[in-house]
Amino acid sequence: VENVRLLDRFSSRRAVLGTLYLTATHVIFVENGSETRKETWVLHSQISSIEKQATTATGCPLLIRCKNFQVIQLVIPQERDCHDIYISLIRLARPVKYEELYCFSFNPKLDKEERGQGWKLVDLNEEYNRMGVPNNYWQISDVNRDYGVCDSYPTEVYVPKSATAHIIVGSSKFRSRRRFPALSYYCKANNASICRSSQPLSGFSARCLEDEQMLQAIRKANPGSDFIYVVDTRPKLNAMANRAAGKGYENEDNYSNIKFQFIGIENIHVMRNSLQKMLEVCELKSPSMSDFLWGLENSGWLKHIKAIMDAGIFIAKAVAEEGVSVLVHCSDGWDRTAQVCSVASLLLDPYYRTMKGFMVLIEKDWISFGHKFNHRYGNLDGDPKEISPVIDQFIECVWQLMEQFPCAFEFNERFLIHIQHHIYSCQFGNFLCNSQKERRELKIKERTYSLWAHLWKNRADYLNPLYKSDHSQTQGTLHPQIAPCNFLYKFWSGMYNRFEKGLHPRQSVTDYLMAVKEETQQLEEELEVLQERLASLQKSQSGDNKAKSKQQDRSKQFGLYTSNNSLANTPQEYGNDLKSFPSRSPSQGDEEDSALILTQDNLKSSDPDLSANSDQESGVEDLSCRSPSVGGCLPSEDSGKDSDEAVFLAG
Amino acid sequence: MEFAELIKTPRADNVVLHRPFHPAVEGTLCLTGHHLIFSSRRHDNAEELWLLHSNIDSIEKRFVGSLGTIAIKCKDLRIIQLDIPGMEECLNIASSIEALSTLDSVTLMYPFFYRPMFEVVEDGWSSFLLEQEFELLSSMTNEWRLSCVNKDFSVCPSYPPVVIVPKSLDDEALRKVALFRHGGRFPVLSYYHKKNGMAMMRSSQPLTGTNGRRCKEDEKLVNSTLRSGRRGFVIDTRPLPVAQQARAKGGGFEQEVYYPQWRRIHKYIERFNILQESFIKLVEACNDQSHNMDRWLSKLEASNWLTHIKELLTAACLAAQCIDREGASVLVHGSEGTDSTLQVTSLAQIILDPRCRTIRGFEALVVREWLQAGHPFQQRCAQSAYSNSKQKWEAPVFLLFLECVWQIHRQFPCSFEFNEQFLIMLFEHAYASQFGTFLGNNENERAKLKLPQKTMSLWSWVNRPEELSRFQNPLYEANSLVIWPSVAPQSLQLWEGVFLRWNRPSKFLEEAEEETINIIKYNKELQAKVNALRRQLAEMETDEEVQEEQ
Repeated sequence: VENVRLLDRFSSRRAVLGTLYLTATHVIFVENGSETRKETWVLHSQISSIEKQATTATGCPLLIRCKNFQVIQLVIPQERDCHDIYISLIRLARPVKYEELYCFSFNPKLDKEERGQGWKLVDLNEEYNRMGVPNNYWQISDVNRDYGVCDSYPTEVYVPKSATAHIIVGSSKFRSRRRFPALSYYCKANNASICRSSQPLSGFSARCLEDEQMLQAIRKANPGSDFIYVVDTRPKLNAMANRAAGKGYENEDNYSNIKFQFIGIENIHVMRNSLQKMLEVCELKSPSMSDFLWGLENSGWLKHIKAIMDAGIFIAKAVAEEGVSVLVHCSDGWDRTAQVCSVASLLLDPYYRTMKGFMVLIEKDWISFGHKFNHRYGNLDGDPKEISPVIDQFIECVWQLMEQFPCAFEFNERFLIHIQHHIYSCQFGNFLCNSQKERRELKIKERTYSLWAHLWKNRADYLNPLYKSDHSQTQGTLHPQIAPCNFLYKFWSGMYNRFEKGLHPRQSVTDYLMAVKEETQQLEEELEVLQERLASLQKSQSGDNKAKSKQQDRSKQFGLYTSNNSLANTPQEYGNDLKSFPSRSPSQGDEEDSALILTQDNLKSSDPDLSANSDQESGVEDLSCRSPSVGGCLPSEDSGKDSDEAVFLAG
Repeated sequence: MEFAELIKTPRADNVVLHRPFHPAVEGTLCLTGHHLIFSSRRHDNAEELWLLHSNIDSIEKRFVGSLGTIAIKCKDLRIIQLDIPGMEECLNIASSIEALSTLDSVTLMYPFFYRPMFEVVEDGWSSFLLEQEFELLSSMTNEWRLSCVNKDFSVCPSYPPVVIVPKSLDDEALRKVALFRHGGRFPVLSYYHKKNGMAMMRSSQPLTGTNGRRCKEDEKLVNSTLRSGRRGFVIDTRPLPVAQQARAKGGGFEQEVYYPQWRRIHKYIERFNILQESFIKLVEACNDQSHNMDRWLSKLEASNWLTHIKELLTAACLAAQCIDREGASVLVHGSEGTDSTLQVTSLAQIILDPRCRTIRGFEALVVREWLQAGHPFQQRCAQSAYSNSKQKWEAPVFLLFLECVWQIHRQFPCSFEFNEQFLIMLFEHAYASQFGTFLGNNENERAKLKLPQKTMSLWSWVNRPEELSRFQNPLYEANSLVIWPSVAPQSLQLWEGVFLRWNRPSKFLEEAEEETINIIKYNKELQAKVNALRRQLAEMETDEEVQEEQ
């Protein structure tokens, strides 16, 4: 469809004209005119909602909201075209079969072997060995070999050595969805462990000997402690309500030596609504500070993030400081339990704060233990009530920790954002389906590619320059401040307003430092070359001249390049229409991230930020606070002239 | 007056000091005329805490049996607690601190007693003279002149003795204009934009009153900054109704009929007690120990602090935009022209002028646009967020300015030569200092107090290389561009470095800062090494060529 206008979210004047293409996998908007012909690519699987608004004189507006928090506003001249696009997109955005998803057609031009290698990058067996199991206390159990006991669990689970198959099966029958207690994290240093399960089917009085034995076995697997914590991550009220349905929580009287604890994390429905409310705040056109803060508070989002963090901190403390094992569950044990176990692991073990370790962590606590990616992130058309930003919250928890511990993580914010993007993009097979069983049936590993391999290949883009493996922050357990700490939880505009580049700091310290480090590395190399040459020159003062001049050429290539200055010299000018006196976000034709340029060629559609690049000027808003009378009465004769004036200073 | 009279108990032993994130320590407390000194000799690391009495904002005392507890709340927002055994000692110490921290005579303040332990290389009192500023201006334009019309402070008591004004107006005309402007603050040059020759002036409100008085000289003065056929903008920092009400009290605003080439824009920047209350509420919220996330956000919101920040930045961006993008001259004023006016003009310069983003340039800006421009520091910064005095003239105007600079800094972390610590240091010294720089309300008072002769300038200390190194931003790369910050709520953050400074563990952030410095330092060292080697090699190679030719 031609002559479509892409509107700027903040100013109707900044619309650009272009052509809209629908392909089998993407919506593509190509700008007319300008030499660059900027392109905006949106994957169908990223589309979360499409809204057709009332037709106006200029055309028919179409609003596309994406799961990666991009919002695209289009105006299509013909009502009929708009309707067609609307209908097509609705269908395309809601595939009914896995085979329709992008990962089955996405081909990064790797051969079969490379694909296989990619899938082997993250190996959970290796991970359990790294933790130190199997050992005298823990063993791998094959009771779930063919998913016979629990179809949402992996085939290989670690259980206490003293837990016989009889106990496991018995316990599984007493747990929701038969998700029996299994090992999530084992702390080599003191034998304490984190185990996970679903809620017990205790109702008001039911008990199960095998389940009690199972918990006993977990306690015995940690000889240093005479009790275990059982952490129910639900609010007490919710857990009690579950009792009426024959579910519930452990009765301390029935289980020997447990300490039972509620940690009130709300359920997926509350979380879904909370995110919805927060996104509404993010979408406000020109909110006042009060609108924003009120909206943020009303959404409750940060409160929920804090609840998850608090739970993780509690467990990490129990394991690291008290040396007590913990059993974590919620209702089904695949949402809050996954969040809390992975936050606790991240706090406890520096390995999970490395790039590779973080991939392993997601693989372990989320993918293998049957977090329902398909349902939660709506990959296939399904029940909208199943959708909830569960892993988004975990990813935000990591970001909040990165803010508090800037040197503790090997990866940077971009790494988190790209993982979030790909959880929804369905471009890689990792997050498909609801369980390992389904993934095996679909032969995901033979038919799709692994995100981890893709991220690993581009790991240079995701490094945190402040990370040093021998730094104190990268050793041992992280101890976030507990109280008072409310103010430590901040709104993450890098995620929720990630496509409004104008709202973000214009100069990235991370990118700057990475450039410096890169230069440092080149300098080190050059230094070596120079020293060698100096040595050889001193040795034989009458050497071959030609060879030397060649070498000299080489050293010139190394020359002290100044590309790291590009950040500071990024053009920074308002290109605003001056009629409106915008006092805000400059549309300083932000240069594309260097990292993005690197990946652009071969992975055009895989890079989450690519679509953003073509929309660099978003974030320019009208001046919200001007008095209405002022905007209109400014001299208009200057405006045309001025917008041409944007200065792009180079070097 | 002898300070000794105020100190009934000069020394107390077995005092326990409590600070957030530090273990409690036992030691000896001493009171001197200007300091509260706490020293402990635990193990081998002796620890000392020196606190200026003038830094103390308020104190609270409590008793449990004969053990007294004094909570000391400082102007830099720190709260410490001292447990003092003995009811009498405790009472004596509390009353001494109270008396010593609220001395009413300026000349008893510490700067008059302070003797520096460092060698003064450059006297800060003469580091930033307007004459130097004018010299620089003269190299760009000849439309302005230095006027000494105020040399004895008779035309405008809150202006410095010399000011920069349009060349076309003589001193006689300036005197007339001064009568037409509140407090005699006639329009003077604040900033000259080299790129397009536009000027930013500042003044106070015109005294039009209800019957619409006019002053031809005033009109001539402001018009003289306009290019033919171009318009200028008057940025009034009051909303229109407030400006209109001001007429009843003899004030007012520039009326279209008399200033046809000027377009007036009203912005709303809060003043005085509203700001002070906002400051107090914010600090209260930051010190709240409760665990409830919701209460934190609503308290932050209710303080309105970030709203003030947003409004202020918006107004400054507007002024900058008029100059740089519209190519228009600008006149900024509110009522008195000593508060919001200065906030706007100085922030606009941060945005427009790369020089103001250097350490030296920023110091010059503070001197020019705040100290010499007559911001009444002594009144505004008499008390901080813990005071109960609630005087009308107390307001965190300068702090708001510093925070806005910080907000811009955060968005452009590589464009400033100074770091966050530099801004925090200025905040501290504006409220309590051993230096005389921020004493007095204007140049007139400073001259009367003979501050340059009797006290040390803050700049004499800061600009020593040893001190400067603490305030340098390792990421700095000179950026000659105009930097436009975003003022969207998502882009503005609480200034943790000031407001949460004492309530959060800063170790991890400091470590990050250190790591940043190391990365850049190592890079520079390598560059130097490589350059030296290259030179050496080049020399050797040319030598060799010469040899071979022979």
